[in-house]
Amino acid sequence: MDQIHIRDGRIIDPANEIDRTGSVYIADGKIISITNEPAGFKPAQVIEAKNRIVCPGFIDLSTRLRDMGHSRKATFKSETCAAASAGITTLCLQPDTAPVIDTTAVAELVRELAKKAGYDQVYPIAALTQKLEGAELSSMLSLKQAGCIAVSNANEPVKNLLILRRAMEYAASHDLLLMFRPNDFWLSNNGCAHEGAFSTRYGLPSIPEAAETIALAQCLELAELTGCRVHFGQLSCKRSVIKIHQAKKYGLNVTADAAIHQLHLTENDIAPFDSIYHVLPPLRSQTDKQYLRHGLANGILDSLCSDHQPHDIDAKLGAFPETEPGISSLETVLPLMLKLVAEKAITLEQGIASLSKNPARILRINSGALTPGFSADVCIFDPERDWQVNSDNWKSLGANTPFWGRTLKGRVTCTLQAGRIIHCLEEC
Amino acid sequence: MADNLQLNSEGKLRHFLTIEGLNKNLLTEILDMAESFIGMSEQKVKKVPLLRGKTIVNLFFENSTRTRATFELAAKRLSADVLSMSIATSSTSKGESLLDTIRNLQAMYVDMFVVRHSISGAAHFIARHTAPHISVINAGDGQHAHPTQAMLDMFTIRQIKKDFANLRVAIIGDILHSRVARSQIQALNTLGVAEIRVIAPKTLLPAHVETLGVSVSHNLTEGLKDIDVVTMLRLQKERMSSALLPSESEYFKCFGLTEEKLKIAKPDAIVMHPGPINRGVEIDSKVADGPQSVILKQVSNGIAIRMAIMAMAMQKQGLA
Repeated sequence: MDQIHIRDGRIIDPANEIDRTGSVYIADGKIISITNEPAGFKPAQVIEAKNRIVCPGFIDLSTRLRDMGHSRKATFKSETCAAASAGITTLCLQPDTAPVIDTTAVAELVRELAKKAGYDQVYPIAALTQKLEGAELSSMLSLKQAGCIAVSNANEPVKNLLILRRAMEYAASHDLLLMFRPNDFWLSNNGCAHEGAFSTRYGLPSIPEAAETIALAQCLELAELTGCRVHFGQLSCKRSVIKIHQAKKYGLNVTADAAIHQLHLTENDIAPFDSIYHVLPPLRSQTDKQYLRHGLANGILDSLCSDHQPHDIDAKLGAFPETEPGISSLETVLPLMLKLVAEKAITLEQGIASLSKNPARILRINSGALTPGFSADVCIFDPERDWQVNSDNWKSLGANTPFWGRTLKGRVTCTLQAGRIIHCLEEC
Repeated sequence: MADNLQLNSEGKLRHFLTIEGLNKNLLTEILDMAESFIGMSEQKVKKVPLLRGKTIVNLFFENSTRTRATFELAAKRLSADVLSMSIATSSTSKGESLLDTIRNLQAMYVDMFVVRHSISGAAHFIARHTAPHISVINAGDGQHAHPTQAMLDMFTIRQIKKDFANLRVAIIGDILHSRVARSQIQALNTLGVAEIRVIAPKTLLPAHVETLGVSVSHNLTEGLKDIDVVTMLRLQKERMSSALLPSESEYFKCFGLTEEKLKIAKPDAIVMHPGPINRGVEIDSKVADGPQSVILKQVSNGIAIRMAIMAMAMQKQGLA
């Protein structure tokens, strides 16, 4: 494979505590050196990165690419292209595909579809239970051997705590990570909005914070009982941050993330009945948003995820409660992270770590860093470049983002996956 | 936003979806216009030609007797042509979306939709997606709003109490599921009453109900003190099966309005109910049919209010 020289960029690599201007040298799909030019290096390509930031490619812990039974919403081709344009080089795919990722055949199909789309690093997450029905265990070990990186029941409930306990014990036996979005099925009661002033005013079925925190507390107890490694995904409220903080202090082996839009939007931002804001967990209060930011800044939340859920137009065309929840969010990850930095909620290094070093640590993969010998997954971005979210710039087939039409700051100019350029905004 | 959606650039009514975003002047204008229609119903010829040549479609995705009948009569008294359709929510089971239903009817050159739907936000959704010349009147959407009901209640209160300024109003019962209560609260606050008190067990109150601008009581005997207007809400039977209440009889014991409890309110207090009444569940028959009850007056006033709102919404087109 060709040798590539990325030069004159500001290299930020939190895993190796690097923040300096210099060069990245790539050969055979791997990082071979930072700053010091290796002997005999003859790059086939030189990427000018002056005034750009060069950092590890981003790792997304929760994505939907649709396709298969949902190809009218989006395809692997369209969404991996969106990921590449957003500097994301590794995607974890939630198992609620159609069909569900509960057999090795589907896991293999997922990897094959990704490769065919020209994007190698899609990790399927295996269904925790068969058909995600929450009743019988999936063949987790076989699924792990077929390339699944973790297990999850996506947004579907597990029938009871005994089944969850056994699933966690079984996962722990095979050293599998459980990715868990805490949500009590009964307390969330088919709600579609945060239980607060907004849902009260508009008469919308509401979801209390307790629907999340109770499920979280139960799973924390089971994590201690079973020894299962748990990553809590898409947390949305203050009390969840507090609970994770306590659990970590207590010494439990758990990690957590939040979807990045939860750190920017609250129930107050929702235009009445505008289904584009219909997302689960729901957009919560200003206090919750502040706590999520605080949690990220203090390492209580380890990472950010996109929770990308592209939809076709029809899915969002209806009265608010009847529409499908979810935001198409891969392409806004970087600008929203930079906005947290601009608003002084976190440092740039923390922001980059939350999208690279930390998710790599959670997944236990050799990625998320510019360490020599690691796969050359690199994101190069211009932190000052403004761009408008519109059909000219948008790659995902899902246009369901509350940021549509807005001008955001921060644009990925070049993305490399295993030393291969998978996105390039201009001549590099 | 809701207020922009229902007003045109000159601040005139275009749709009538919710009380939210409408100011006191506009609400008063509606009440005054209804006043001018009130005598009409008792005349020999009960018709004015304000909406002659206009086609109004009553689109009821949810059952209704009173609201549908009064909307139909109101439209006919304005000389409009009316098409009333009951579309069971299961019509979507035929695979046709709400939007397709609306677009099909729109293709038949109608001028106004009166919509009732079981989902909150349905009227807003339709208003956003219809052609600009069509007006949408919300006849009740899910648990969100029932603004024409609220306006006829305001009309009835004004008829009897004349002024809103010093009134204390109690709303009693299932606030959580009530679109009527939400719209009443907004209207009463806009018109500037002294106090709105919601009285219900916690299971029938939405979280953070105080953010609507009301005071809260869980006790009917305490809550009725100094009250000028008592509004009872209907209690649906399914509230028992979903574990919100233990039984009808216990509910009646705690929150049912009896003659005895009504005595705690001011002696000239009026009793309202949006209907349909559950006698012996939320209200005793002696009160419902008693001298302080204005329940049937509300129904009569419903026609005048709906005439006023339909006429005003069509005025914006310069066609009325």
